[in-house]
Amino acid sequence: MDETLTNGLRSSPARIAVSFGRILRGLGLEVPVSRVTSFIEALGLLGLHERDSVYWAGRATLISDPEEVGAYNRAFEVFWEQKRPSGIEVELPPISVSLAVDTEDGTGDIPDASDDHAGPTLQLRYSPTETLREKDFAECSDRELDELRRLMSGLRFASSLRPSRRRLPSKYQTRTPDMRRTLRSALAMGGEPIVRKFLQKDRRPRRLVLLIDVSGSMEPYARALIRFAHATVVGRTRVEAFAIGTRLTRITRELSSRDPDAALRAASQAVNDWSGGTRLGATLREFNDLWGLRGMARGAIVVFLSDGWDRGEPEMLGEQMQRLHRVSHRQVWVNPLKHTPGYAPLARGMAAALPHTDDFIEGHSFESLERLAEAVSA
Amino acid sequence: MFNFPDSPAAVSAALSDHHYLTDDGLSTVVYLAITMQRPLFLEGDAGVGKTELAKVLAAWTGGELIRLQCYEGIDASQALYEWDYTRQLLHLRTAEASGRAESDSQAVEDELYSERFLIRRPLLQAIDYAGEHRPVLLIDEVDRADDEFEAFLLEILSDHTVTIPELGTFGGDKPPLVVVTSNRTRDVHDALKRRCLYHWVDHPDLEREVKIIRLKAPEVDADLARQVALAVKAMRGMGLYKPPGVAETIDWSTALGKLGESALTEETISATLGTVLKYREDQERVSSQGIEVIMAAAANG
Repeated sequence: MDETLTNGLRSSPARIAVSFGRILRGLGLEVPVSRVTSFIEALGLLGLHERDSVYWAGRATLISDPEEVGAYNRAFEVFWEQKRPSGIEVELPPISVSLAVDTEDGTGDIPDASDDHAGPTLQLRYSPTETLREKDFAECSDRELDELRRLMSGLRFASSLRPSRRRLPSKYQTRTPDMRRTLRSALAMGGEPIVRKFLQKDRRPRRLVLLIDVSGSMEPYARALIRFAHATVVGRTRVEAFAIGTRLTRITRELSSRDPDAALRAASQAVNDWSGGTRLGATLREFNDLWGLRGMARGAIVVFLSDGWDRGEPEMLGEQMQRLHRVSHRQVWVNPLKHTPGYAPLARGMAAALPHTDDFIEGHSFESLERLAEAVSA
Repeated sequence: MFNFPDSPAAVSAALSDHHYLTDDGLSTVVYLAITMQRPLFLEGDAGVGKTELAKVLAAWTGGELIRLQCYEGIDASQALYEWDYTRQLLHLRTAEASGRAESDSQAVEDELYSERFLIRRPLLQAIDYAGEHRPVLLIDEVDRADDEFEAFLLEILSDHTVTIPELGTFGGDKPPLVVVTSNRTRDVHDALKRRCLYHWVDHPDLEREVKIIRLKAPEVDADLARQVALAVKAMRGMGLYKPPGVAETIDWSTALGKLGESALTEETISATLGTVLKYREDQERVSSQGIEVIMAAAANG
């Protein structure tokens, strides 16, 4: 037996295989028991006396992704060859760094790469747009907001699809025959339906319902999200929008107007006049009773934008979220506070809502809105 | 007569008899797949010899190669079985014309769903195989099929039986040797991979590639074979859209052999570049800045 494989002397192959599987799991690989049993079976066929066959038996049975090979190799060295992980030292070639700056017209000036450096050149790129993408909406100047608005108008996406009742001609054989087209082609063949035609279900984008908290601190984010909603309208998604917080205001109609900002301002004006503060639970109940459960939220993707500060009863918010969740397809909560370091959803309203939330997203910057777009179209 | 191999080395020897050179990893995995009777899941860039392996396995084991090419929208009727609707229709009309339909309607109806009108698609052919040897079932480019089809494959691959409601259950005693290939255009579901032995097929190393060229294009002499292998290796490092695989290497060598070349020169490279690089952009890239690089690489060998 190979000297490096001394692990095998005292315990059975099965025991060794299981502990090797555990090491791989420790490195973050997914190794279900079924894989370990395949590994044991393979070891039984190949034996433990050759390094290479043990190595390849493990690679064939324990992992199934070329990305996992690196971790597997490391684990193999540590476990079977008893190399100290710290003993492996890799000498890195020198990396030269060059900085490219985006000019006003957007064409970057890239320095000539054929310099006399031996190592690879790392291109760093600075662009004002890049940093703006990550900047908190609340910290943006008016000019920057204008710039972001331009960026956002370039955002195009549609919400995820649902099967619709309409049917379309299908290329493939399905369960639904297309009588009309079958008959028509039969006419050409003396009335014999030799070629059969089929239908398939059409698919349409799901409705998107935005519930936007318009209390003072949320205003810059609310404005950004409204712009975002505009982008979805362009993507042929049906969008409904409501301002929530103190009372429910439907702002869908204004969304299609030229100035959605004005609509929001009017809605938040109403909030400022009102002295009670945010009552998320009560307004959500109003939404559920008047709109949501009646049909608007059925099979829809519901996006909440709020920091989760609720002056009312948090139980009520939890209960209403649950009611809504039973009819909606997906609930996404966008909380701009989430990106603050050390944030935990401790606000009572937020804690109550979280169990009924499918996706919890930051939503404080343009980049996180792109993540929202992903969640909505998933 | 095919005998079960008793070691990975035996697999390697047998496959090289059939002009397919393996490395340690691949021969071990093939050995395990044959002895453990598990499907073999091969992933790798296009043209590294995944499909070829299945063909060679069939030639070696003497089993028939049954190939299922996957594509978007493939479903059970194209993969498993289908009723021959047109012939059923014809059968009915004949029965009507001869008057059998009235006199013996029950029998005519029973005949409609008999084996006579069953079209066996590759999966059913492989599972319910009548021949002497285990067939080799090649499920090619599974990453092109839809997710639903993977779930369906999973069911077939785990019990090797198929139930056709009108006829009963098929398959069982001679499970095929299954080779599943993927170009990794998308990730195949874990559940499918877990039932298989997995192997990532890499580009061969230099020595093996030279041997492959000598084997597949015997008219090319040893020096040229080495030059070609070095040149291809240089091309793979150039960040092309489609780095050449072994298939392209063999094509290129064959082309050079047919032209009677004995060494790589700038003219021969640009004349035969179309056999290695299949994108205009790649060709332009290589001819604008790369031919000297390739020549240098080939010369260094």
